[in-house]
Amino acid sequence: MGLSLGSMAGLFNALPGAVAQGLVWGIMAIGVYITYRVLDIADLTVDGSLCTGGAVCIMLMLGGQNVWVAMTGALLAGMAAGFVTGIFHTFMGIPAILAGILTQLGLYSVNLKTMGKANQAINVDKFDLLVSLRFIKGVPFYKNTILLVAVIIVVLIVVLYWFFGTELGCSLRATGCNDRMARAQGINTDFSRVLGLMISNGIVALAGALLSQYQGFADINMGRGAIVIGLAAVIIGEAVFGRLFRNFGLRLLSVALGSIIYYFVLQIVIWMGIDTDLLKLLSAGVVAIFLAVPSWKSRYGTTAVKFVLRFVRKIGGND
Amino acid sequence: MLEVKNIVKTFNTGTVNEKQALRSVSLTLADGDFVTVIGGNGAGKSTFLNAIAGVWPVDGGRILIEGRDITRLPEHKRARFLGRVFQDPMTGTAADMGIEENLALAFRRGGIRTLKQGINNQERQLYEEMLAKLGLGLQTRMTSKVGLLSGGQRQALTLLMATLRRPKLLLLDEHTAALDPKTARKVLDLTGEIVQEQGLTALMVTHNMKDAIQMGNRLIMMHEGRIIYDVAGEEKKRLQVEDLLRKFEEASGEEFANDRMMLAK
Repeated sequence: MGLSLGSMAGLFNALPGAVAQGLVWGIMAIGVYITYRVLDIADLTVDGSLCTGGAVCIMLMLGGQNVWVAMTGALLAGMAAGFVTGIFHTFMGIPAILAGILTQLGLYSVNLKTMGKANQAINVDKFDLLVSLRFIKGVPFYKNTILLVAVIIVVLIVVLYWFFGTELGCSLRATGCNDRMARAQGINTDFSRVLGLMISNGIVALAGALLSQYQGFADINMGRGAIVIGLAAVIIGEAVFGRLFRNFGLRLLSVALGSIIYYFVLQIVIWMGIDTDLLKLLSAGVVAIFLAVPSWKSRYGTTAVKFVLRFVRKIGGND
Repeated sequence: MLEVKNIVKTFNTGTVNEKQALRSVSLTLADGDFVTVIGGNGAGKSTFLNAIAGVWPVDGGRILIEGRDITRLPEHKRARFLGRVFQDPMTGTAADMGIEENLALAFRRGGIRTLKQGINNQERQLYEEMLAKLGLGLQTRMTSKVGLLSGGQRQALTLLMATLRRPKLLLLDEHTAALDPKTARKVLDLTGEIVQEQGLTALMVTHNMKDAIQMGNRLIMMHEGRIIYDVAGEEKKRLQVEDLLRKFEEASGEEFANDRMMLAK
């Protein structure tokens, strides 16, 4: 590939955007972490609830509400979506993955009805947005999107760290770790799961609200594959910082960092000239392989896995 | 204390795998009774304990604790009355959580879990003392993940958790079966000590006839979902393993051909 200095500069210009996007998706990934790692549920609701968050936020703002009211609305809408999945899973006994898919499908209609059409734009000049891709360079530092989203992530991590240390939070962790034990200790595991799904999807919808402001529109397809990006961030974060970060708060941070790394790599791959139509296929493939690692490790031992991973990195060219 | 009246449970009703696990089981325990439960594979021992614990609803009959009907109560609500230790050491504890965190979860059994801190320093002191009493050195590893402990250590911890808040009834489901003989002995001794010290009412399933005879003040034998033999007091003290085998043959009309039981003689 003949890469000129100009295109190199293009890459560097794109990096702040990648960081901002990575941070926004990092918030979503933290939501995914709560279901996937803490509750041990793969929750596919997020593909729908991300868009729900965006749609509710944009529509409330277009309706004249200020940005904080709009984001609170998004958070509550996401929690409602999580509640529905939770009821499907616990009260109705539907397997978690299927419960998430059902909610996700239903949310497609809900999101369409919320927006009235497939795409709703919001003008950054006419509305007082919290974050935007226009606020990355040339704005006072307190309006800088990267800084603002970073602050939001830190606050979110502090709140979650506190919550999962409380009696209630501990009961959620126990439910995800060993539900028989949790019930034997008097924990209502159904309640734990519903609450966990609500918190997770609330956070995901909040990320959707930020994302729609950032890109200046909410789109019916904005959540497609969100779960894969979330899982990628969780896995990358664990692979890179797993040995370093043992504390729960730091683990959440590593998820956010994992998301930034994901968008960095994505930006580099795009810069290298890959057909962008293939990006989702690439993401799915990479996440599939990383999800296979624990199973491979137990079946073929660590050395074989290391060999395969080295091979994958080599053909992927992003070691 | 505990009153079980004619409980019935059938699994896989209406399929080829239909199994009548409990056929009208009744049992009344007095306060402080320590009952050992024996029987062959599939006799319904674990099913009986699970029915009391509320793992699933029974098909018929009633279960009362201190006169209160708990038959319709879900598992997590019954937990306030019950301490439980399971056969598999992995079942009783949360592996990814610390020793003190596991104890803190057990300390709140039967209470409402609020947004207060999940564990405080005063508790930590209590846990440290209680762990020290186990004599396994766990008091120096309070924040270690339980997943790092051995099976015996985990069972000892689970036992401590089950009795941290004095249960109305302690359910022990072959809790030493997965341990090596030496560790099993230790955990069993510990069980005896705790039950005596706190004056607990307990049901202990075991496949070891000697243990069943030596421990507790009453023994019941189960077979095909029924209690076929119930002995207490002086008569139980005089029991020999041979007596139990004969009783089994008498009551069931079958030979006691259970490898595990024979080996456990």
